[in-house]
Amino acid sequence: MSKNNGEYLIIRNDNKYEVIIGLEVHAQVLSKSKLFSTSSTKFGSEPNTQVSLVDAAFPGMLPVINEHCIKQAVKTGIGLKANINKRSIFDRKNYFYADLPQGYQISQYKNPIVGEGSIILDMPNGEKNIGIERLHLEQDAGKSIHDIDPQNTLVDLNRSGVALMEIVSKPDLRSLDEVNAYIKKLRSIMRYLGTCDGNMQEGSLRADVNVSVRKKGDKKLGTRCEIKNVNSIKFMQMAIDFEANRQVDVIEEGGFIDQETRLFDTKKNETRSMRSKEDAHDYRYFPDPDLLPLELNDNYIDQIKKDIPELPDEKKKRFIEKFKLSPYEANILVSDIEISKYFEEVSKNSDVKLATNWITGELFALLNEKNIEITESPISSKNLSELINLIKDGTISGKIAKSVFEIMKDGDKDPISIVEEKGLKQQSDPKELENLINKVITENPKNVEAYKSGKDKLFGFFVGQVMKNSNGKANPKLVNEILKKKLS
Amino acid sequence: MSNIIDLKLVELVDKIKKKELSSTEVTIAFIERSKKSKKLNAYISENYENAIKKAKIFDQKPDFKKKLPGIPIAVKDLFCTKNIRTTAGSKILENFVPTYESTVTQNILDEGGIIIGKLNCDEFAMGSSNETSYFGNVQNPVSENLVPGGSSGGSSSALAAKLTPATIGTDTGGSIRQPASFTGTVGLKPTYGSCSRYGIVAFASSLDQAGPMTHDVKDCSLMLEIISNYDTKDSTSVEFKRENYLNNLNDNIKGKKIGIPKEYRVDGMPKEIDELWEKGIKIIRENGGQIVEISLPNTNYALPTYYIVAPAEASSNLSRYDGVKYGFRSKGENLIDMYEKTRSEGFGDEVKRRIMIGTYVLSSGYYDAYYLKAQKVRRLIKNDFDEAYKKVDAILTPSTPSSAFKIGEKLNDPVSMYLNDIFTVPINLAGLPAISIPAGHDKKGYPLGLQVIGKAFDEQSILNIAFALEKNISFKNNITDWWIK
Repeated sequence: MSKNNGEYLIIRNDNKYEVIIGLEVHAQVLSKSKLFSTSSTKFGSEPNTQVSLVDAAFPGMLPVINEHCIKQAVKTGIGLKANINKRSIFDRKNYFYADLPQGYQISQYKNPIVGEGSIILDMPNGEKNIGIERLHLEQDAGKSIHDIDPQNTLVDLNRSGVALMEIVSKPDLRSLDEVNAYIKKLRSIMRYLGTCDGNMQEGSLRADVNVSVRKKGDKKLGTRCEIKNVNSIKFMQMAIDFEANRQVDVIEEGGFIDQETRLFDTKKNETRSMRSKEDAHDYRYFPDPDLLPLELNDNYIDQIKKDIPELPDEKKKRFIEKFKLSPYEANILVSDIEISKYFEEVSKNSDVKLATNWITGELFALLNEKNIEITESPISSKNLSELINLIKDGTISGKIAKSVFEIMKDGDKDPISIVEEKGLKQQSDPKELENLINKVITENPKNVEAYKSGKDKLFGFFVGQVMKNSNGKANPKLVNEILKKKLS
Repeated sequence: MSNIIDLKLVELVDKIKKKELSSTEVTIAFIERSKKSKKLNAYISENYENAIKKAKIFDQKPDFKKKLPGIPIAVKDLFCTKNIRTTAGSKILENFVPTYESTVTQNILDEGGIIIGKLNCDEFAMGSSNETSYFGNVQNPVSENLVPGGSSGGSSSALAAKLTPATIGTDTGGSIRQPASFTGTVGLKPTYGSCSRYGIVAFASSLDQAGPMTHDVKDCSLMLEIISNYDTKDSTSVEFKRENYLNNLNDNIKGKKIGIPKEYRVDGMPKEIDELWEKGIKIIRENGGQIVEISLPNTNYALPTYYIVAPAEASSNLSRYDGVKYGFRSKGENLIDMYEKTRSEGFGDEVKRRIMIGTYVLSSGYYDAYYLKAQKVRRLIKNDFDEAYKKVDAILTPSTPSSAFKIGEKLNDPVSMYLNDIFTVPINLAGLPAISIPAGHDKKGYPLGLQVIGKAFDEQSILNIAFALEKNISFKNNITDWWIK
């Protein structure tokens, strides 16, 4: 494998293979109730406590569209710069399974609610545009549980009927890094819009991954395999890597790739055939006669457009222009809506440069260490802003600030009080500093002599001694100035 | 005073309101007769004790503002009724007791109606003779061993035999109008979207409509008024102004233009059906109506279209009966085996036949040739009616191509059975309202019906025309109570 110039190629016997990846992301619509019923969508409730008669497909029960979910899909479509289809149709996808109570899933087949759009990825060697094929709404199925009862499969219908957006990319992705960037960007856009919480642990974001390989330079796409239901970026990458290499091996041995659906075994780190094209289900799609075609008018779409917040790409542009941030810094700060909010709150009242450094440095390290989100940060934006102001106006040095930050970690204490209580205020009185300096000079005559005879490096030694004697509180800038004068 | 059971619905309501009769008396009268009529096999489930209790409660605190003040009513067993077993005529729902009420039956309850039982029907409403019911054949009170029509066969039988003063059925391709025609009663299929489908066991969602079955047009108007409403629980329910059908009922049809579609003169149609039709035409003319020859050129395609669309939807609608959540379950080695055994044992032959047809016409490679084509033809059939209604206010046809047949006569010939619906099916495909009223007898003395088809949501007009026809025909059902003696 080679990753030169951001290229992801598989090399066998001097043949270079390009990997072609397309993703079908299933994103749970952020909604209190399900797509066609009023049951709650709350995560983690007792099994079968959020199931209406509609969700369990009782005789004579009928689906009624949850308007909020429609709005969420349109919003997401706008966020993906996509065409909103004014007429879309809900179809039935027919198949039997124990956790599919209706015997069909209500989905959108030929006429999805959202058409073509795109997502911009910021890759190290520049921006890359990934095409979106479509977005459609569909119901989630329930959950079959095979490992509780040794004799029976148990079914939990809490998820049955929950609204999902299936977002299908074009086969534009070419590397594991792009897959990572794509999922993160898509997740970020949906979180900005409030249309999906993107929580992969809770299954709010899953993907079917389409992988094919072709010799570099070939125009024709190879036969693809679809890896079903992968639920983390890491697993997606592992699955793609395994699958692409498997396909290359087959081709190199003179074989052909069968179009098939495969499963990724996370324990063995391999993909396995689930069913071939010949065994593929015939889903007998047809328009659901219980639901009329969904018609949206311009006014409805325009109204939603008005409520679309500033999205990552626009925010990034603004941060670069307004705050003079580097594209790299801006990318990090806009990657998540909560981070960008935090940043804007901190920088509103304090120095932008320092805010950027402190958030991407100390704060991120802290969040990483504790494995928490910025919304759970023990340090509020207000207090971080105050800390930065204390540095900026010279009350404390950067070094002291770090120890104040350490104290702030344990229960969001206001930095001004910490500095006062601990007496950490920077010593900036020239007379006091002069006393400290004089003491160091008198105590180290040999070093003074050496310095004066040309050992310039010893200057640092004197600064260090002064700082040490002041318990780190001496204003380093002033110490430098006075020392230079005294030693000259 | 005449017998309670001989009174029409409107008369019963009147007598209860005038306190000449109590709900308890009326309820007991119909229940007693029902008990004596087991031979008809019209009921699948009886709710007698509970109904009498409810009648007594009504009488203690009667509310005479209700449109059905303490009136006992038996309904087709396709309507889910809270705490009353609902089977759809199928083994697979043999022991299913809903925890919820269909909108249509709720409307009846809200107006003071009392459910006395659930009436037999073809399994999942698939049939034209009530012979596909898991709960056995139903006798037509007109004559022994005669089918009552279907799928609302229990309803037509119970109504004609006066076991219930009125009833409701469902009509997907003629399931209200054909049994009404076979039993000498009135049956109306409302415009698609008039009556909520919420809580009705689905057969073919784009065609199913609930509707009233009564002794006469007045009763029919009252029942329609009660069961028709806009319902947000059914996405295909339509919000339109529903009339006071009974109050507005009017037999003046002067100047009304009534279309006679030439395509309904089918080959081999019995002479007596033709004569019946002529009789209807004559009455319209005599009452100042204008007869207009019209053409509905795609009529011939209606039956094949119906037998693609309806099974396609049914095959999907019936997938939920899989033994997992409720209803009948057979033991299996694994999930697939359980499905196969449950559905093989739980469904009858006709249901299986339609599931297979439906599955076939939706399968990849056949979808375009069958289902998609059928949808296009369905559009053409609707266009035919739209064109016709530029020239006429309503359309008059026979309800069925023949009178009732013997039990078992057509059971092994599904195509001949399907042909029974030839005059009723196009109306469902077009989503229009139509009423069947008794208009005469054939040589054997079996009832025959005429059908009045209306414009969408113009139920009032067809009720009025039917009302005028009814007055002039003065049909009498010769029912001898043979099953009691």
